[in-house]
Amino acid sequence: MRSSVFLLCVVGLSLTQIQFSSADLVKQTCRQTPNYDLCVQTLRSDPRSSHADVAGLAMVMVDMIKAKSIATLHRISELLGTAPHPKTKATLRRCAELYDNAVLKADIPSAMEALKTGNPKFAEQGANDAANEADSCERAFSGASPITSFNRSVSDLSRVASAIIRLLL
Amino acid sequence: MSNGFLLFVGPMFYGGWYHFFYQYNPDAAVWGNIVWGHAVSKDLIEWLHLPLAMVADQWYDTNGVWTGSATLLSDGQVIMLYTGATNESVQVQNLAYPADLSDPLLVDWVKYPGNPVLVPPPGIDDRDFRDPTTAWYWPDGKWRIAIGSKVNKTGISLVYNTEDFKKYELIEGVLHAVPGTGMWECVDLYPVSLKEDNGLDTSFNGPGVKHVLKASLDDDKNDYYAIGTYSLESGNWTPDNSNLDVGIGLRYDYGKFYASKTFYDQNKQRRILWGWIGETDGESADIKKGWASVQSIPRTVVFDKKTGTNILQWPVAEIKSLRKSSKKFDKLEVGPGSVVTLEVEKATQMDITAEFEIDKEALKRIGESDVEYSCGTSGGSAQRGELGPFGLLLLADEGRCEQTPVYFYVAKGTDGQLKTFFCTDESRSSLANDVDKRIFGSTVPVIKGEKLSMRILVDHSIIESFAQGGRTCITSRVYPTKAIYGAAQLYVFNNATSASITASIQTWAMKSAYIRPYSSHQES
Repeated sequence: MRSSVFLLCVVGLSLTQIQFSSADLVKQTCRQTPNYDLCVQTLRSDPRSSHADVAGLAMVMVDMIKAKSIATLHRISELLGTAPHPKTKATLRRCAELYDNAVLKADIPSAMEALKTGNPKFAEQGANDAANEADSCERAFSGASPITSFNRSVSDLSRVASAIIRLLL
Repeated sequence: MSNGFLLFVGPMFYGGWYHFFYQYNPDAAVWGNIVWGHAVSKDLIEWLHLPLAMVADQWYDTNGVWTGSATLLSDGQVIMLYTGATNESVQVQNLAYPADLSDPLLVDWVKYPGNPVLVPPPGIDDRDFRDPTTAWYWPDGKWRIAIGSKVNKTGISLVYNTEDFKKYELIEGVLHAVPGTGMWECVDLYPVSLKEDNGLDTSFNGPGVKHVLKASLDDDKNDYYAIGTYSLESGNWTPDNSNLDVGIGLRYDYGKFYASKTFYDQNKQRRILWGWIGETDGESADIKKGWASVQSIPRTVVFDKKTGTNILQWPVAEIKSLRKSSKKFDKLEVGPGSVVTLEVEKATQMDITAEFEIDKEALKRIGESDVEYSCGTSGGSAQRGELGPFGLLLLADEGRCEQTPVYFYVAKGTDGQLKTFFCTDESRSSLANDVDKRIFGSTVPVIKGEKLSMRILVDHSIIESFAQGGRTCITSRVYPTKAIYGAAQLYVFNNATSASITASIQTWAMKSAYIRPYSSHQES
């Protein structure tokens, strides 16, 4: 009876140790990005992060950029359906193009392939470009953007991803 | 250029043609899905597209047919070694050769059934093993190749020997290593003659020869070179000056220029350098254009006998075949703070040579500066000094809202010595706000008695500049919105506060070069 309790404790301790090590890599990696909290929160929300190396963490982050970009496109569709002012409509359309053609069809696939095959500088380029496209979209509204939180999210995530990818170079 | 993304590899001269292979993404204007495109030329200027040489159809290159190098053997064989990214994303080296050596166009290629011939050795990461070099012959009767890699943050070059290009032996130690430089891509090692002006075959070694070792640093996307000695006894390469070692010293080019590689052109006995020049605009623009990346004009490489510490790069002589109408502007006096229009035919496609002299009185008067100038941290052409900046304004519109100055800036350093800087200032190159606009350049050694000289090739969105015969080079990508086609102008300027300069300039409008698909009806 006593021995099995002892065993349980030992096993319990080991599990904590393992979790601590991978959480360490997340923390260690995120410390080297411009947004520690966003980085940790994003990585922790994905189960893959607990056993990923730095390249793996970068892939998790790129996947999140993809998800947020898709969400942004949905929001843009919704807004276009509410018959907005012509100027806003044109800008929304322009943003949809940036997110669809540039970010989702080019930047994300290019970054993922580069991370998978070990040519990280192209992933860094993809992530930086995604941030630039999001910023470019936001600027195009000249202060009256209806999708600021979306653009901000993609931009911030992209900059965190870029910083993680830099660690691979 | 065909649509897609390109980055070149494996150049060589064979069967009367210059062959150029390139990493190509046929599906998108960004990196990915890499296969090998192929183009040929008789003169390095007019190109003909051939079918894709190799696609990613084997497990050992399904994730990318990446960079490679050709070795031409004396018995006529052509060996192509290239990096493949396997189905498990391991970087391996593969052997391929032409299907038919009697076809001067080398259209079809065969992959060696025993591939891969090299896999990452112990201690080297699966993803840090790429870009095999052209082979060179060694006194023991075997061939050697180098492959760049890294160990932690130390950039290294591994060396292998082989007799048949199928079986390799890792040579103990490394060719060279430099701490802190990170991954070495596209390593290149080649001899330069200390006395002659011709290039040397890659296997050449002996007295009167030095070896240039070059690496593309993944970390900062720049190509660095160092001149040194490659010992036939030890098999090590040692830099002439360890302060200017690979990755911490000189660069081939101080602008946008990467993944470059040389080859020995046995046709004209030249060593030719080619670089990849990426885009500096946003990828959404590249997607709209349908293409991204260009190749630099090929440059000859020779040892700089005057300084002994540099190589000189110069556009190949064949580029002159594109020259059309010429204009000369002799001994123009350009006073401090002035701009002079140069009436030219086509300011967007030009070859320009210019020589400058600073008035001697101003040179004598100049005081010491307590702050060290640097192109990158300066205010560009708008930052005035006593003896500079002065140079040319390229791709400028009439109101000069858009302009790309390429200039010299002379200053006396804290040590009392005159120093000359050569810079390109992109900060006002375009009104668009989604393009890079950097100021870059470097010092350029000027030998006593030399005039300050520059040569510039302008081609719409690309400017290649060469100072002091190619001692310092800067390649720049700019995307003007107004200074385009007929609206672009050329000026000479002097923004110094006290010195006058005398400029002698010659310009040529340039014809366009043709890049067409090869058709069997064409005469070879």
